[in-house]
Amino acid sequence: MTGTEAPEALAVLDRDGLDALVAALVADGRTVVGPTVRDGAIVLAELASAAELPYGWGVELDAGRYRLVRREDGAAFAHSAGPQSWKSYLHPARERLWSADRTPEGDLSFTADEPEAPSYAFLGVRPCDLRAIAIQDGVLTGGRHTDGGYGKRRKRALLIAAECTEPGATCFCVSTGGGPAADAGYDLALTEVVDEGGHRFLVRVGSEEGARLLEQVPHRAADMVTDASARAAVDAARDRMGRALPPVDLRTLLGASLAAERWDDVASRCLTCGNCTMVCPTCFCTTTEEVTDLTGDHTERWQRWDSCFDLDFSYLHEGPVRSSGRARYRQWLTHKLSTWHDQFGTSGCVGCGRCIAWCPAGIDITEEVAALHAELETEKETER
Amino acid sequence: MTAVPVPYLVVDRRRETEESVTLRLEPVAEALDDFAPGQFAMVHCFGRGEIPLSVSSVQTTGGLAHTIRNVGAVSDGLCAARVGDLLGLRGPYGTSWELDRARGRDVLVVAGGIGLAPLRPLILSALAEPEAYGRVSVLVGARTPGDLIAREEIESWPTAYTRVMVDWPDKEWRGDVGVVTQLLGRAPFDPAGTWAFVCGPEPMIRATARELADRGVPKERIRVSLERNMRCATGHCGHCQLGPLLVCRDGPVAGWDVAEPLLSVREL
Amino acid sequence: MTPSITLRMPHALPPEHRERLLRVAREVGFRQGARLFEEGGHADRFWIVRDGTVALDMHVPGHPTPVIETLGEGDLVGWSWLFEPYVWQLGARAQTPVRAYEFDAVAVRLMCDDDAEFGREIGRWVGRVLSHRLNAARARLVDLYGTSTSGGVR
Repeated sequence: MTGTEAPEALAVLDRDGLDALVAALVADGRTVVGPTVRDGAIVLAELASAAELPYGWGVELDAGRYRLVRREDGAAFAHSAGPQSWKSYLHPARERLWSADRTPEGDLSFTADEPEAPSYAFLGVRPCDLRAIAIQDGVLTGGRHTDGGYGKRRKRALLIAAECTEPGATCFCVSTGGGPAADAGYDLALTEVVDEGGHRFLVRVGSEEGARLLEQVPHRAADMVTDASARAAVDAARDRMGRALPPVDLRTLLGASLAAERWDDVASRCLTCGNCTMVCPTCFCTTTEEVTDLTGDHTERWQRWDSCFDLDFSYLHEGPVRSSGRARYRQWLTHKLSTWHDQFGTSGCVGCGRCIAWCPAGIDITEEVAALHAELETEKETER
Repeated sequence: MTAVPVPYLVVDRRRETEESVTLRLEPVAEALDDFAPGQFAMVHCFGRGEIPLSVSSVQTTGGLAHTIRNVGAVSDGLCAARVGDLLGLRGPYGTSWELDRARGRDVLVVAGGIGLAPLRPLILSALAEPEAYGRVSVLVGARTPGDLIAREEIESWPTAYTRVMVDWPDKEWRGDVGVVTQLLGRAPFDPAGTWAFVCGPEPMIRATARELADRGVPKERIRVSLERNMRCATGHCGHCQLGPLLVCRDGPVAGWDVAEPLLSVREL
Repeated sequence: MTPSITLRMPHALPPEHRERLLRVAREVGFRQGARLFEEGGHADRFWIVRDGTVALDMHVPGHPTPVIETLGEGDLVGWSWLFEPYVWQLGARAQTPVRAYEFDAVAVRLMCDDDAEFGREIGRWVGRVLSHRLNAARARLVDLYGTSTSGGVR
């Protein structure tokens, strides 16, 4: 928010207030999901109370590296993206689409799988992930056909953002057009402040549902100091991104780089394991499976996550269209940064940095794009 | 909402070639929306899965036909379907041939192998309104005479020019021998005023479209049917990407102006 | 000339050379089944088909003569007349009644010798026809229709 805009409803919650917020959500029958420490990482899990938040934990990130580190300040949201994203809940890894039954008389019926969608409350959604959710909304519900299961879960989900004050070394959201501030798509946005004034959260209200929720928990009106500290921390985070994509038109760059030699270079390091697609908060690709029971009269259609790094992904007739690692990495990166615009009207990258941290070979998307840019520039130079 | 198949009854089954059959289907109760020639359905074979299949016939009654080649587990199951069996269909999906855009122009249809099937309803539409179009030519290529579908029907079409070309003639074959692109020089059409509709395997599409463009047919009027792996048909699974296109949504029918640069990149 | 031939020739020969060539053409007709030439024979003529179908074939003792390729309206029949030793590589037979322009190969070769530019254009024209047929033959080698592999959205 800039000073010239009308101030929105601002409030401050302390830690007890946050506890009450989670309790109110649980009491409302919502499934509260948020970050918590498990297995040496900050993962997303169902929370019974705010006490399960990763108070006092931060992360140390680099290409192919993720480590938890203790923080003196006890902050709950001073960590950056972990191995999961909210797509695990909104667009789950496995989902039954429909089932079919055959009777002895030969009748055939198809039944859509329409379980009651859980009423999620996501606590601690990063601004990059807010944008990722908006991108998946566009892909899965913005076209002529709608992914019904996603649509229902998404519609019922309440989003409580946590603005970013501690970007990681693999973060580059600013260079994708985003930033550490939550600007849209949330019900409530929290900004954590820990200083001599105490441990507290500046709250901005983004929806009526958010306002209603805030009313249910003890809070106080925002004071100038908390507001100023929160803004300053977020502003500072903007300048502390660990990485950046080159400041060029990436859509054009990738579109013009299909024949680049750099693809061979990255392909020599890429294991085509698909980790980047699994951790990416916007990667949406799925495949389907037919599962038949022992009677042979009941069959189910299941959808599960798939990856463009899988050889079978592009299988046609007798083999894959993209058989080389070069072609598969090129597909992933070009789709993410270039053809996504053609298909869905936006970029597919929000700069969360997960693909960098969770790549077992330490491949860094920002470094690869910079190399492609350099290669294209050299080519242009030679042509001149 | 997530699309769920609708039951269709197999009312007729005709063997086309050693490895392909045409199934005529009627809705059991509710019918899907009308299909336009060129569009496709996801056809479900119980217990095996779903595959995309273009319509090879569309009727006003809601009935339709698919011509299926036995190339995998699902198509194998569909080819073995008998009259009275039930299948599940979703659709219609994808772009159509949009024959209407060719009104007043010559219509050139080029088919390779079973690629004639999705072009068949287009040919029938054009022939049903002879005054609406210029010369209608149909060029069909196949490996052997045994790989030709709709053989008798082809001969009955009152087109300006119809030729069938095979690579390997058998003893009875009295028609043309060679590849279908060799017919492009013989068919009567005015390149600048022609709409071409091409379907077949990708190498055949590339060779045909390239030659048509070379002969002066504007690239955007060379309509080709593209093919990529498809799982969902609704633009959500990502499998059918061809560069900027989602073939299930932006195809299967596309102009050569769009398709050429994409098909010329290997492993795109 | 029939319209389709007029349409095809610009693709092949520039107008002035086309007209010069056609001035020495003779209109001929072949009944169905007539043979235009035999494999191994002296290549002293060539044809441009006006209508009908000509089949190129190969003599295999003890077997029905296999058809290698058929040629139709506007197609050039015969190219061995342009290259030494001027011997037909295949046989040719009228598969239907055929009307064609017939050319005297010796006369055309002399015209080529007299006028280098005309000769170059004739060479280019025949070369293009040959490259086209070579491409077609290659496509047949790899199975253009992918009969053994195609499927999917069909």
